[in-house]
Amino acid sequence: MTTVAVAARSSPWWRRIGRPGIVAAILLGWILLGTVLQGRDTLGLPTTDTTALHDRFTAVRDWVDSHRNSSPFFVYFVDGIRDFVGGLTGFLQDLISQASFGRPVPLVGWLGVVALATFGAYAFGNARVAVLTAAGFTSVGLMGLWQESMDTLALTLAAVLLSLVIGIPLGVYVGLSRPVERVVTPVLDAMQAMPTLVYLAPLALFFLIGPPAAVIATLIYAMPPVIRLTSLGVRQVNEASMEASRSLGATRWQILRTVQLPLAKRTIVVGINQTTMAAFSMVMIAALIAGPGLGQVVLRALSALDVGRAFTGGLGIVVLAIVLDRVTTAASERAEATYRASGGRRSENTRRWLLVGGGALTAAAVYLSASYYWASTFPGPTRGGVIGFTIDDAVNAAADWTRLNLHDVTSAITAVVSYGLINPLQALIAESPWYVVCAVVLALSWTLAGARSVIVASVCLSLLLASGLWESAMVTLTSVLVATIIVVVLGVIFGVVLARSPRIDLVVRPVLDAAQVLPAFVYLVPFVGLFGPTRLTAIIAAVVFAAPVVVKIVADGIRAVPSAAVEAGVASGSSRWQVVTKVQLPLSRQAVALAANQGLIYVLSVVVIGGLVGAGALGYLVVAGFSQSELFGKGLTAGIAIVVLGILLDRVTQAAALRAQEREHRLTGDAEHQFDVRSARLHPAPGLPARIPTGRVV
Amino acid sequence: MTAATLALDVRGLWKIFGPSGRNGANAIVGTPLAQLPPAELRRQTGCLVAVRDISFSVGRNEVFVVMGLSGSGKSTLVRCLTRLVEPTAGTVLLDGEDMGAADARRLRELRRHRFAMVFQNFGLLPHRRVIDNVAYGLEVRGTGRDERHARAREVLDLVGLTGHEDSYPDQLSGGMQQRVGLGRALAVDPEVLFFDEPFSALDPLIRRDMQNEVIRLHREVGKTMVFITHDLHEALRLGDRILIMRDGEMVQLGRPDEVVGAPADDYVRDFVADVPRSHVLTLSWVMRPAASDDPLDGPELPPDMIVRDAARLVLSASAPVRVVRHGELLGVVDSEAILRVIVAEDAGPAADEAVPSQRSSVLGR
Repeated sequence: MTTVAVAARSSPWWRRIGRPGIVAAILLGWILLGTVLQGRDTLGLPTTDTTALHDRFTAVRDWVDSHRNSSPFFVYFVDGIRDFVGGLTGFLQDLISQASFGRPVPLVGWLGVVALATFGAYAFGNARVAVLTAAGFTSVGLMGLWQESMDTLALTLAAVLLSLVIGIPLGVYVGLSRPVERVVTPVLDAMQAMPTLVYLAPLALFFLIGPPAAVIATLIYAMPPVIRLTSLGVRQVNEASMEASRSLGATRWQILRTVQLPLAKRTIVVGINQTTMAAFSMVMIAALIAGPGLGQVVLRALSALDVGRAFTGGLGIVVLAIVLDRVTTAASERAEATYRASGGRRSENTRRWLLVGGGALTAAAVYLSASYYWASTFPGPTRGGVIGFTIDDAVNAAADWTRLNLHDVTSAITAVVSYGLINPLQALIAESPWYVVCAVVLALSWTLAGARSVIVASVCLSLLLASGLWESAMVTLTSVLVATIIVVVLGVIFGVVLARSPRIDLVVRPVLDAAQVLPAFVYLVPFVGLFGPTRLTAIIAAVVFAAPVVVKIVADGIRAVPSAAVEAGVASGSSRWQVVTKVQLPLSRQAVALAANQGLIYVLSVVVIGGLVGAGALGYLVVAGFSQSELFGKGLTAGIAIVVLGILLDRVTQAAALRAQEREHRLTGDAEHQFDVRSARLHPAPGLPARIPTGRVV
Repeated sequence: MTAATLALDVRGLWKIFGPSGRNGANAIVGTPLAQLPPAELRRQTGCLVAVRDISFSVGRNEVFVVMGLSGSGKSTLVRCLTRLVEPTAGTVLLDGEDMGAADARRLRELRRHRFAMVFQNFGLLPHRRVIDNVAYGLEVRGTGRDERHARAREVLDLVGLTGHEDSYPDQLSGGMQQRVGLGRALAVDPEVLFFDEPFSALDPLIRRDMQNEVIRLHREVGKTMVFITHDLHEALRLGDRILIMRDGEMVQLGRPDEVVGAPADDYVRDFVADVPRSHVLTLSWVMRPAASDDPLDGPELPPDMIVRDAARLVLSASAPVRVVRHGELLGVVDSEAILRVIVAEDAGPAADEAVPSQRSSVLGR
């Protein structure tokens, strides 16, 4: 007894009150100080004002503009890249979307494109996705979005081709060399974790605006998945097969060609799927730097608050996204099936004949579409198509009706979230003096994530202060935190439901998978209709966008809880509620931490895009930087501030999640119960590879 | 054995895992550090001795078995022989050629033509058909498609897989998969075959089948074989000679009957305690010198006959059996000697006191 008492007395006071106690104390201190000092030293800066730093960036832009035609760096290097990418993109556009080769219409008309896409879907995938492809392409034509869709497709295709040409060899190299991997991985992390909007300003600085710049921006965002998964595939190859090959005297090149690449094929195709989806969603954002296509439709409609048009454009995006995802997923399933399941020699024969016949029909369709007007330009009015305007009007009517009749509901939601979460948090974060906020962030990262995070956090905070956009950053942070809190709460609730009921999981998971492949952009559309252009719109869109990934991580974490622990809980007479709260949730704490981490990153990217529809703060400044020449530097700084904010949130929460994992391993000492934060983070992009095994159509 | 009849000659082979560099794994052999017990060495340098100063030679067409428990270094040893793992010190002569001196190109040549390996977990290529797996070594060599397929078909016939050419490995059972692995090794017509615990992943019954298969193949194609196993029964069944390893060191090297009849130390004795001795020991282990009053009109048998095979004759003979080599009388075996071996199988270590020098006095006590 004495020794225990002595030990307790000799341990420092912070040990005794425990981590939650310290966190509570920090928050309490924050509230007290924040109330007393509210509104002081918040470092606000009016929208049109700039600081010396911003002006310096603008000056750089001016210098670049004036030397564009004289400096060899621009004339040969930058313009060389631009011309090459532009050439490829232009060629693809000439083929399917733009009047070309002295003709009033593109070379391959709608019939040819539909036939080619359907045939390709059958050849690389299966009959089911071929039907889906034909239906999808026809329906965007009916919506009057044919040319925009083809522009989007041409840009996506160009970006994907370049990504694969660069990314696959690079991925193989990364997969073969540990040192290279150690250098490349953090770069890929950064490329992917950065909100897409942020790429655009620096790229526009060098590559101007227009299709080539859009493709280059897309390329940067879309390449990481294929590099990552190619290297993963190469590295995962069974050591036994490699050793056997080596023992027979194979050269390194022979091993690569006959063992590693064939066995990595399936994973590489999954990488192609993810790259395609990332490219597709980035091409939409690239509308901001004059990338043509569906993104333009939605962007223009959003800025005119034409909900109906935005909805139709968004619908086109959703349709194409689903087609692309299903086809590339089916392709990866086929890559796997090639060396499994012998059976069906006969079905293979049928398939061969169908491929030959389909090829001939496709060639005929392409010929027709190049020669006859009816097969070239999609039937129906050029503007609005057969049903486009009908959809627009119906949606607008529905939106009006909703605004009128559901006003009470939406304003109730607005009031609850605003007064319950946003305003108090905003008062604390954005309206406290900067030094109080800095102190709180540092103290929290020390407590929750350890000393190393404090260094990262102080660097990030210093950069935010130096950016001159402290208050905007804090407003953005508020929105991000609000959305994250909501999404994690929802994620835990639905995650528990999903994990406990396989039947619900079976129904809900495909929906979550499908939701994950949609570009962040389209999530704004319905909520603009409901809530109008406010910051709440961005927050709700962010919640909806981040929900699938958060729910899935929590559900998988709970399912990874050893069944022995659950059985022990049940056997000792726990109620269902007690099993959830006392066994399953505590044991999946690290999954929840990881979900919060991923949720933050996803939420941040949407909250920033929310700048387009009145969410204000950093996102708005970035967008303003594109449109107003004298605000370029400020917009660029805002972009950097977003990245810094992202790094701050990511590093601190990731360190906290890792810490939770270590604590838990000490607690259970259980190697079987693995939900590895590091490996789960391997694939931060939408469309996690966990989706491969589920074969289904949307 | 003269150098010309040796397929493999290994001298002073070491493998030490650990950090390289001036004080690392390469700097231990030949220093006092090398004499330290493994745990102590690990504590001082962080290095792990997997193979410690092993020397042996393998004759042409011999089946040489390396046996030890897991972690004894036997798999590392066999990989050192083929340089899938680089040895730290020592020489390996394959057919008189120094393996250590071969550069990357020469090493590949050797691997492509002179030896082949069969692996514990098969190491098949799951994306290739059986026939392409078997032909893989030939493909790597640059043999044309028709020729290598023809050879692969021959080999598939030899290993009993005719009709499965177009299957994929994961459509076959474990035993059949290892037949593919065996076929792949045989297809390149190597001089030496290395087996790294090839059957330990298989069911006992299939394992027995495959052992018979190896015995049959050895009779038919007559290759030199180096066989790694942790299974004593397998070692006794297959091996012309057996090398027993523990903690990277050689504990004993001898014929099966020597290992069972005269274990080098308690470790080996423990190992062989459960072996049915009558299945392994030869008459030379149980005979005694002929006494002057022994009737010498019994049947004649050679000294290397297994006790079990001689039992019926000895037990039914009216006089002790004479053990004769080249007309020279080596000793006699009577019914009592035979019964002692068979009954002693249940008696445990007490009956195992035999050492070679006391061989003949074993039954006298």
